Amino acid sequence: MSSTTPNETDWEDVLLHVVTGKGGTGKTTVAAALALALASRGKTVLLCEVEGRQGIAQLFDVPPLPYEERRVASGPNDGGDVYALAIEPEAALLEYLDMYYRLGRAGKALDRFGVVDFATTIAPGVRDVLLTGKVYEAAYRNKRSKGARRYDAIVLDAPPTGRIAQFLNVNSELAGLAKVGPIRTQADSIMTLLRSPRTAVHLVTVLEDMPVQETADGIAELHAAKLPVGGVVVNLVRSNELDDEARDQAVEDGLPRGLIEEDLRRVGIEPTGTMLDGLLTEAREHAERRDLEDEQRKRINELDVDTYELPRLTDGIDLGGLYELAADLCEQGMA
Amino acid sequence: MSRQRSSSRVGPLAGKPHASPPLDVDALLDDRGTNIIVCCGSGGVGKTTTAAALALRAAERGRKVVVLTIDPARRLAQSMGIEVLDNTPRPVPGVAERAKDVGGTLDAMMLDMKRTFDEVVEGQASPEKAAQILANPFYQALSSSFAGTQEYMAMEKLGQLHKDARKSGRWDLIVVDTPPSRSALDFLDAPERLSSFLDGRFIRILLAPAKGPARLMTAGLSVVTNALTKVLGAQVLRDMQSFIAAFDTLFGGFRARAQKTFELLQADGTAFLVVAAPEPDALREAAYFVERLEEEHMPLAGLVVNRANRVPTGGLSRDQALAAAERLDAEPDADASSPVTAGLLRLHADRTRLVARETHLRQRFAAAHPHVPAAVMPALSTDVHDLDGLRLVGDLLTG
Repeated sequence: MSSTTPNETDWEDVLLHVVTGKGGTGKTTVAAALALALASRGKTVLLCEVEGRQGIAQLFDVPPLPYEERRVASGPNDGGDVYALAIEPEAALLEYLDMYYRLGRAGKALDRFGVVDFATTIAPGVRDVLLTGKVYEAAYRNKRSKGARRYDAIVLDAPPTGRIAQFLNVNSELAGLAKVGPIRTQADSIMTLLRSPRTAVHLVTVLEDMPVQETADGIAELHAAKLPVGGVVVNLVRSNELDDEARDQAVEDGLPRGLIEEDLRRVGIEPTGTMLDGLLTEAREHAERRDLEDEQRKRINELDVDTYELPRLTDGIDLGGLYELAADLCEQGMA
Repeated sequence: MSRQRSSSRVGPLAGKPHASPPLDVDALLDDRGTNIIVCCGSGGVGKTTTAAALALRAAERGRKVVVLTIDPARRLAQSMGIEVLDNTPRPVPGVAERAKDVGGTLDAMMLDMKRTFDEVVEGQASPEKAAQILANPFYQALSSSFAGTQEYMAMEKLGQLHKDARKSGRWDLIVVDTPPSRSALDFLDAPERLSSFLDGRFIRILLAPAKGPARLMTAGLSVVTNALTKVLGAQVLRDMQSFIAAFDTLFGGFRARAQKTFELLQADGTAFLVVAAPEPDALREAAYFVERLEEEHMPLAGLVVNRANRVPTGGLSRDQALAAAERLDAEPDADASSPVTAGLLRLHADRTRLVARETHLRQRFAAAHPHVPAAVMPALSTDVHDLDGLRLVGDLLTG
């Protein structure tokens, strides 16, 4: 354990962090950074993915994850650990059958007859119950399950924003299919966890029109489904190299070309006409983008949720970059 | 699961990074032999915008075009007049005037997945049977949220539009956007997955009791049905059986349609455009796609790389810019220089670095897929949400 007292964070009592976001916004990256950030506070964290994309393995630069909890990062001096798990519905179903029904041979027969395939690809509600069910199992493990690791926090790299409410609202997805019966009971207990204050659904966005719109829609849908909305993580934020005044000037092509030319010459650069044109065009495009981003930021602020910002890393995301993002999340109190 | 099928890489096994051959988008649009353009790629790379921009450009170059979009941004949908989800292609306002001199038209529609599925059922079954199927809870789940239904229905709709176009002559080019799938390959697999499910052993088990002879109930079968009853409950199992019994007669038709659509995609008049962003994930997904299309003998026209940063002009290197910015910062008299100059230099350094990284990624793609032509679309500093924006995208795509 680290000797410093951990600061009070925004999601202190949350056990299950669900991370969603529109495609291309970097939700897997944010989920991984959040897992690292939580682990850096000395927690044992499980990072799960459910879409069969092996995104976690790629981020942590490890071989594809099996259906098994594998440690992918650990802190120094008995600090926290991050374990990762790729949940596959087929394996989850067989495990579920074995755990709750002790089906053994019958479970294998189900597989042989294509039932597992049926349940996991065709009946969509069943598929989602299995995926969230595994998360539930990891969350509520108790000492009786021998040798099983217990987690202080679970981070779920969930399906995209457009599907998140439906994915988590396993109850209503199943409602039409199974009004009673064991699978329904299972769905009910999962729902109790998902709707409790022990869960937070975080949404990842970038400062563009469509992702922000989807975030707003997603929040409305989560509220409607009575699922707890967490924070909004604004990812890939551009660095701010020009102040407001300079940005205004840049947009109106009013930057002091002569002064800039002198400055360049003084530090040993011989400015050409194309070089100056190029710099001023870059400045204008940057300023236009930033203006647009400010508009989107305003819309996000109106959503009335906690927000966090992560920078766009010029060199892309590698393991080092992931740690950097994790530190940013810690600083901003998300973990 | 689709990923597992193409386990080995397809492409040259040695090659240095180099530029891709250029993709001539206008030639593709002008070629009257091109009847279908499918835009595919991972989520968030600008597929929908690319599809809409290509469709508009083709119309304004004299083609009779219909564009099928899946989930356009609200403002873009409004400007194309397709915010109503009614599964019917409608003329895009503001295009007729400009396109009429060259004989072009543009219709657009947004896919209503459930409606499309319902229509297929209604078209294949007797009215009573259709009503029975539409009311079954399993059908409702399958048609509204089965992972793959959207992909399947997009292809189904494409087949319908193609048939319409043939018959009425209303369109000579169909541009299709594909759903933002988990995997970009899902829409190729969806028809087969659905039909292999409908053919599956499990279905026949479920149908067996309904069809009678008890001798089919072997020991293995009773183990299965008992287990199912235990897990799902008897009611669910009954619903499932009645759904499958009702659907049984439609299976053949579904399979035949899926097969036809697949053949349509393989035909010469079809052109696939793989859309990506210059990011490792998107290009990796694009590479999977390219390889898969080749494996299935699907006609690949090329790669569109969206959102590329523009190459800076003026010949100032990243190191020079950063060094100069540092020197300006270190000047003792802060008022001596304009505060923006150092900022400009840092912006330039950043841009130069990004461009270098993106170029490297694209060249690596080209080394692995040397015969795939590519068009690079510079990032816009504003959002695209009207026809003028789409026209600009079209201009940029074609050079």
